[in-house]
Amino acid sequence: MPLIKSPEELEKVREEILSRRDPHKLCISVCAGASCLASGAGEVIAAFKAELEKQNINADVDTKGSGCPGFCEQGPVVVIHPEEICYLQVTPDDAGEIISQTIVGKKPVERLLYTDPDTGNKVVKMNDIPFYKNQVRHLIGNNIKIDPKSIDDYLAQGGYAALAKAMHEMSPEQVIEEVKESGLRGRSGSGFPAGRKWEFCRNSEDEHKYVICNCHEGDPGSYADRRLTEGNPHNVLEGIIIGAYAIGAQDAFVFVGDEFPQTVENMRLAIKQAEEYGFLGKDILGSGFDLTVRISIDGGGYVLGESTALMASMEGRIGEPKTKYDHATDRGLWAKPTVLNNLQTWANVPLIINNGAAWFRQTGTDGSTGTRVFSITGKIKNSGMIEVPMGMSLKEVIYDIGGGTVTDKKFKAIQVGGPLGGFVPESQLDVQVDYDQMTDAGLAMGPGLIVADESTCIVDMVKYFLTFLAHESCGKCTPCRDGIRQMLHILNNITAGRGNKGDLELLELISTVQKKAALCALGQGASDPLLSTLKHFREEYEAHIEEKRCPAGVCKALGAVSSGANV
Amino acid sequence: MGEVTLTIDNKEVKAEEGMTVLEAARSAGIKIPTLCHHEKLEPYTACRICMVEVESRGRSELDTSCSRPVKDNMVVRTQSEELTEIRRTLLELMLSHAPDARELQELVEEYGANRNRFAKEPSFCIHCGLCVRYCAEVKKKNAVVFVKSGVRREISFNKEIASRECWKCRECFELCPTEALQTAYLLTEALTSDSSSFELEPDA
Repeated sequence: MPLIKSPEELEKVREEILSRRDPHKLCISVCAGASCLASGAGEVIAAFKAELEKQNINADVDTKGSGCPGFCEQGPVVVIHPEEICYLQVTPDDAGEIISQTIVGKKPVERLLYTDPDTGNKVVKMNDIPFYKNQVRHLIGNNIKIDPKSIDDYLAQGGYAALAKAMHEMSPEQVIEEVKESGLRGRSGSGFPAGRKWEFCRNSEDEHKYVICNCHEGDPGSYADRRLTEGNPHNVLEGIIIGAYAIGAQDAFVFVGDEFPQTVENMRLAIKQAEEYGFLGKDILGSGFDLTVRISIDGGGYVLGESTALMASMEGRIGEPKTKYDHATDRGLWAKPTVLNNLQTWANVPLIINNGAAWFRQTGTDGSTGTRVFSITGKIKNSGMIEVPMGMSLKEVIYDIGGGTVTDKKFKAIQVGGPLGGFVPESQLDVQVDYDQMTDAGLAMGPGLIVADESTCIVDMVKYFLTFLAHESCGKCTPCRDGIRQMLHILNNITAGRGNKGDLELLELISTVQKKAALCALGQGASDPLLSTLKHFREEYEAHIEEKRCPAGVCKALGAVSSGANV
Repeated sequence: MGEVTLTIDNKEVKAEEGMTVLEAARSAGIKIPTLCHHEKLEPYTACRICMVEVESRGRSELDTSCSRPVKDNMVVRTQSEELTEIRRTLLELMLSHAPDARELQELVEEYGANRNRFAKEPSFCIHCGLCVRYCAEVKKKNAVVFVKSGVRREISFNKEIASRECWKCRECFELCPTEALQTAYLLTEALTSDSSSFELEPDA
């Protein structure tokens, strides 16, 4: 592939790719996300290829391992283009039937279609399934059409057009202005306006600047970030390059863990391809702008999501948070001005440049624009990766997209934001996916949503999160390390039938001090699951302490007979 | 370096730019408790006992005085009900490890701490890191380091370095707020065991 040196050359390459592709040609897309691969998607793809060859129609039909479309509960997911016929839980044994019946016979295989649980009706097309229909999929909608290992697939979907536009039609300041105008806020949780952060960094005097894309997703039960990156790595990469151009950074890093091998592999390949095509390196698209993107493998600790710990780890020091009075945009990585944004923040940038800030603002609320990609798991019918417009209520997320609880058991709570987030009871499900509303409700905008039903013991689930943090805290400061130790000790006693009067007040005292005195956001937020459940589910704690009874029947020491596995 | 004027506990205090709130307070004879602080070492901000209330540019917040740089017109309060509750609880958390440590006892009375508030886990270490940081920053030996994370964090001697350096030094023992019981034990263990105590346990 020759180096692309101008927007005109890029469009020529794109036309050439499209001319080789017949939009009406049949294509069997099999989700090659980590979850579907674990359910045998690799074997399914191989079975399709073998079957097409056997029937001698492999020239007429393409097969593709695609980015994750999200319906992980029902994987491996197979979609037949161009009609977008969607088959769920496909096994290699189904390949023959799908090919003879759908590819050759033009009829759907009824038994592999989605069945509406209310009406019993079969749904043929992907976007008619309620799980998909009720989402707004600006970021992940194209995943099923894209092989994440193919830059040509990304280009065929209009990829890197935003980069060409930013570099040749817009000054760096105009890019920043557009991002500010879009209202894009950082997707890591704190929600700081991305454009303003970029502007601070651009205006910083030091000429050497860095950009970091945080792909470190440590929340237990959460997999939205890694799935998004592995499913469409060029989208994230394009956002990083546009951002680096706007900020004036010469080096960018993708911070990601070895525990997500698929994400690392796909991003590494995407960077290599982008270098070959001229979207990275010297004089990108003939603009005179140079950029190198490298992958920085993190040490795997949850606390590395904290920005000072993240940068310490990248610099080769121990990944512990540090008290700092400089903004990273003035003195960040290696004491140089640095913009650190979450991968979801970067992924939104090409959308904003392509469609404009006004278009972006059409989705969401006044204070929170665009969409948010979550993973939804736990006792929910349709678990998977979802993209919802900001402003959607949690009730709509759970029932319209998630399909409600997995069995007919009563909904109890949804946990938002992982170990540093809170629980929302049924009475407050009108809370919207919106930074300000979520903060007011004591929730963090983390990427993970976990649903609990009446068979979930809230005390046990909070204990689970604290056990996680007991290992994942760096252990540096007293309120975090010893606060968690004592909270966990008290909770262990409560679930073992050794709870005492006064335990809840003591838990509240530790939480209050920890929140005020801990060094970093991990310690300050460690008590959030506990505090929100003491507020909404206090009677469940009291039943454990006073009646020595676990209402959900989970805690074995209190006579539970179920397995006790909760999360 | 210019001079700045700040108010600490209603007292006007002059300080040099670049000083910390703790240094400014001490220069004016105002006492703020510390445990992990040491003049020769970089601010560590781990014990949190030196937290004070800082008002600067119209914003009020709690911060560690050992790390916070002074600013002109800054207003600092070193005593309040809130700060007492924080310091008392932090002390009580530390007392669970070293209930009889002399340096903690001195603060117990002042803040009304209850040494039996929390479950005991006598490790005789409050993780102030004075030994670790002194060895790294002043002696530049790194013979004693922190290993493991979270609630399992502990100090550990590197046998190879320790056998060469520690016996003739032992300067870290005097810094220890809990009478160096743990330091002495682990040093002895490192020097007498066949295998290094540096090995990490596999995750549970």
